[in-house]
Amino acid sequence: MAGELELRLRDRLAKLKGLRLPGAGISDEVRRIEQQLAEADTGDERNEDEIWRSVEFARHPDRPYTLDYVERLVGDWIELHGDRARMDDPAIVSGLGSFAGRTVAIIGHQKGRGDAVQRVKRNFGMSNPEGYRKAMRVMEIADRHGFPVITLVDTPGAYPGVAAEQHGQGGALAASQAAMARLTVPTVACVIGEGGSGGAIAFALANRVLMQQFAIYSVISPEGCASILWRDAGQAKKAAAAFRPDAVHCLELGVIDSIIPEPEGGAHTDFDEAAKLLGKSVRTALDELGKMSGKELRQDRRNRFRPFGVIAS
Amino acid sequence: MASRIDVSIEHKHSPPDAGAAKKHPNTCPKCNSHYREDELAANLRVCAQCGYHYPVGALERIEQLLDPGSFIEEAADLRSADPLNFFDLRSYKERIAEAELKTGLGDAMLMGQGKIEEKDCQLTVMDFSFMAGSMGSVVGEKFVRACERAIERDVPLISVNASGGARMQEGILSLMQVPKTVCAVEDMRDAHIPFISVLTHPTTAGLLASFATLGDVTIAEPGTLMCFTGPRVVQQTVREDLPEDFGLAESNYRFGHLDAIIQRRELRSTLAKLLRLFEHGR
Repeated sequence: MAGELELRLRDRLAKLKGLRLPGAGISDEVRRIEQQLAEADTGDERNEDEIWRSVEFARHPDRPYTLDYVERLVGDWIELHGDRARMDDPAIVSGLGSFAGRTVAIIGHQKGRGDAVQRVKRNFGMSNPEGYRKAMRVMEIADRHGFPVITLVDTPGAYPGVAAEQHGQGGALAASQAAMARLTVPTVACVIGEGGSGGAIAFALANRVLMQQFAIYSVISPEGCASILWRDAGQAKKAAAAFRPDAVHCLELGVIDSIIPEPEGGAHTDFDEAAKLLGKSVRTALDELGKMSGKELRQDRRNRFRPFGVIAS
Repeated sequence: MASRIDVSIEHKHSPPDAGAAKKHPNTCPKCNSHYREDELAANLRVCAQCGYHYPVGALERIEQLLDPGSFIEEAADLRSADPLNFFDLRSYKERIAEAELKTGLGDAMLMGQGKIEEKDCQLTVMDFSFMAGSMGSVVGEKFVRACERAIERDVPLISVNASGGARMQEGILSLMQVPKTVCAVEDMRDAHIPFISVLTHPTTAGLLASFATLGDVTIAEPGTLMCFTGPRVVQQTVREDLPEDFGLAESNYRFGHLDAIIQRRELRSTLAKLLRLFEHGR
């Protein structure tokens, strides 16, 4: 494989040198490729495998889902169903309960476990717009009554269906974020599995964004990225290594505020321990936010997202 | 599982590109009428025969919409960095350099202030020919600065959008532009600044999930593809024929997601009308 890589790099190098673009950082690029060529033999395989392990763990069929955590962490739980307009979306769970001595609203994606029937029933955790509208309804209740909002993010993405589009999928995702930006109660988002692009970000505009050790959070699935950029979904592992959806990278970029540790072999090996660790992190975050006023919380959220991006200097 | 943000923009009504016989860019993909460049530009790049709306670049769009000479560009010096050192079949740096050469633009959005029928506004205009109008750090930052300037100057913001979605080459940071721009729209909302969003072909994925759908008034040009997930990915998922007008502005209008579909020749006067109306608010 190193041979193929070397060929490709040499090809690019030749083209770049032939381009002779004014400015445009080409000389840096030439230097980088030359360096890559020098390192081509020692290729960083281990890192690619480590990142892929997160992808596999995040999608593990036995990984704990939203209701598994609710069952272990929340008392007096009552699920609130329906968007009051069209339907109840089973891919999203929302409700009220008691957590660490206070009433909280919990909103999360929900995958089905076990046989195909259960998985299909929950639509593999892929929500329709109605699901996000249900969530917004519960957020509004929480805001009015002063309940902190905890979101649990675990979705491959928003559902790519005809009806979903007809009912305004994109607009619902935007509206859900706008609703979160407006809340005057503390909000904590936890990525507990797959943080899949728009479907995930709809619940992640929070004061604190936490992520489990083996969860992933990305703009596109590795397969989607590979099929568009490499024109081959089979290159998913390579794509994942290129955009690095793992928790460590997200923390480095400041996209998340902290990593929630998982039991040694991953959250699927010990639900109780995973829930304990998650609960501890969420409680710490809520305690920190408890000191802020509604106005400060709102501003804190907007300040949190304002700096994201890297601009050339 | 397939991708959830689809950056492809092909549609069964779109002009066939690679593979099929390449048509001249001035030949109408719908009715085959052909125009000289000056004819087409004079008709705002709308087919005089069938009404097909050709794509319009950011600079030309500004000429079409604003009072002559009134546009003052801001944040023009912002350029994309390459935070991930991203390298797929080609490097991100190379893709940017090529897009800069091809379009003469620094990134996929122009931002600044200008006047429409003598009414002041802040303006963002996207250019699809720059890396499919994808939103990375620069587009996100320019949009947020536009919102901040609109608040500062107490004028409405008009954003003319055309984008395939988030710029994958910037990884999760491109996804972060989505909540970042949503927060900026919320700041405008708190400051009672009017926001008019204009969707042009195509405005999809990350753009629809962020500021493009959050306008006080949201309008689109005819034939604009505006779906969160592209037709190809939806078809792969549902494995059945999609409705004729799937994801188009016409379908979105019917389902209640648009205030109006506005012909390009009416766009300037419609925006002027909105600026006049919003002027008498709070």
